Amino acid sequence: MNANLPPGTGWVAAQSGRRARRAQTIAFAALGASALAIVVPAVLFVGFVVVRGAPAINWEFLTTMPRDNMRAGGIMPVIIGSLYLVAVTMAMAAPVGVLAAVYLSEYARKGPLVRAIRIAILNLAGVPSIVYGLFGMGLFVMVIIPEVLRLTGRDGESGKSACLLAAAATMAVLVLPLVVATTEEALRQVPQGLRAASLALGATRWQTIWRIVLPNALPGILTGLMLAVGRAAGETAPILLTGAFFWMSHLPKPTEALLQPFMALPFHLFTISTQMPDAPERLRWGTAFVLIVLVVGANSAGIALRSWLRRRKKV
Amino acid sequence: MAVASEQIDGRRATGPAPSCRCTKFDVRGLTVHYGHFQALKAVDIEVGSCEVTALIGPSGCGKSTFLRCLNRMNDVIDGVRVEGQVLMDGQDVYDRRVDVVDLRKRVGMVFQQPNPFPMSIFDNVAYGPRLHGTRRMPELEDIVERTLREAALWDEVKDKLRQSALALSGGQQQRLCIARVMAVQPEVILMDEPCSALDPNATFRIEELMLSLRENYTVVIVTHNMYQAARCSQKTGFFLLGELIEFGDTEQVFQAPADRRTEDYIRGRFG
Repeated sequence: MNANLPPGTGWVAAQSGRRARRAQTIAFAALGASALAIVVPAVLFVGFVVVRGAPAINWEFLTTMPRDNMRAGGIMPVIIGSLYLVAVTMAMAAPVGVLAAVYLSEYARKGPLVRAIRIAILNLAGVPSIVYGLFGMGLFVMVIIPEVLRLTGRDGESGKSACLLAAAATMAVLVLPLVVATTEEALRQVPQGLRAASLALGATRWQTIWRIVLPNALPGILTGLMLAVGRAAGETAPILLTGAFFWMSHLPKPTEALLQPFMALPFHLFTISTQMPDAPERLRWGTAFVLIVLVVGANSAGIALRSWLRRRKKV
Repeated sequence: MAVASEQIDGRRATGPAPSCRCTKFDVRGLTVHYGHFQALKAVDIEVGSCEVTALIGPSGCGKSTFLRCLNRMNDVIDGVRVEGQVLMDGQDVYDRRVDVVDLRKRVGMVFQQPNPFPMSIFDNVAYGPRLHGTRRMPELEDIVERTLREAALWDEVKDKLRQSALALSGGQQQRLCIARVMAVQPEVILMDEPCSALDPNATFRIEELMLSLRENYTVVIVTHNMYQAARCSQKTGFFLLGELIEFGDTEQVFQAPADRRTEDYIRGRFG
């Protein structure tokens, strides 16, 4: 105890300073550890798939049909099927989702109805994907596609109502909430001042949206679409019940593929991992590797596109 | 509309002399509610053309609300209710037959925060003309050069018209926004505290610009800065709690205010 100091003061000051410093040290340690806890599994996970999967990748694996009941050969139809599925899904989900989001956040009057729609969208995003699969089977596979086949005079071909179109429609319903939510968020990021400036210059609401709001929200919208691409490429349950096939002997003609079943990477991975215990290990990891490359590729392309657009805007 | 554009051309041809001392806006009993909140209480005012009218008053007194009634920018806000008449050249702007887009072409607006679009300087100024159908490049180039000169910005930006407007300083951005409004050839320019986000030097440039604007445009400016109102305007209106307390020649309002509350505000006793 230092007798020269008034009782308490100096000591208390030093004490509280020390305590604050210690709290800071602990907080930083916890924050750092959390950051590390995210990085380590990600690195391990990707590293694992790359180390196991990369050796399986060669030209033959990527470009030939499976052989010996999928115990050998390549996964070409599986890759094509996945790409096709993603393309058709996005062709349906992107325009509908973006336009719906524009309507909700730019046109619709704020009120209970819009709020209800927004809550419904959020809830849809939380529905388990197998439920979407069942829904797609009940609606698209059993009602809509058979009806389409009947109307086009093709109902003679039985058992084809589980097809790429049905699966893509189901997948589109699944990714729609994601597209709407991310697009709405991107639209919200556009400063109100820009809208006001445009309207005050005598622009109509549509001109303002088309010339000011959408171009400025584009980077965010694209990011959302790329997330949706990743989701559509990776989901298994929705296509399981609506059009993905275990095995196909040949690729259908591109013109007919929409109304034919298809093979897809996640479902293929599921079958060769669980239904065929004697399938060689490298096929599984090779398939997983291709799937990861596809999804990560889509996301990286999205990020690259976004930063390119942002840079171009600033200059 | 044809008559109106003739007026503009006639005015330009006769040069700076503000010969057209007539009423631009005749506002009668203008009352505005936001939901249950009454923002304006039966305001009567006559805004003359080819002069600068300043609106002063403490925050929340309704002066910005009033300004936004003149080009119907309040329409965008949910739950807003407007009663009374805003006659522009004798025509009620709240008449159902009035096209808002057309009105805003005639009544331009400059906002508190400079809000250039994230595009090039050229495209910012050309935005309005392009909206309204001017596509030919030589014509657009003429408009851009003329309005940037009018806005006293040309010399600073003539070598970088293709660069982003966001790279300009705040004061330059605000002058760009004024040029952008002028490019639509409005009859009236409304300014909502155009200098409150700017430094004194930039403010000085904008005030100079306002003085020159009155030769060709009717200008209504909302300002927090009483000195600015005194320096730049011919008419001043004082708002308090949604009411127009006093309106008259700027000199009279500042030197011999008729109302006690105006005097208190001008002497800095509140607000």
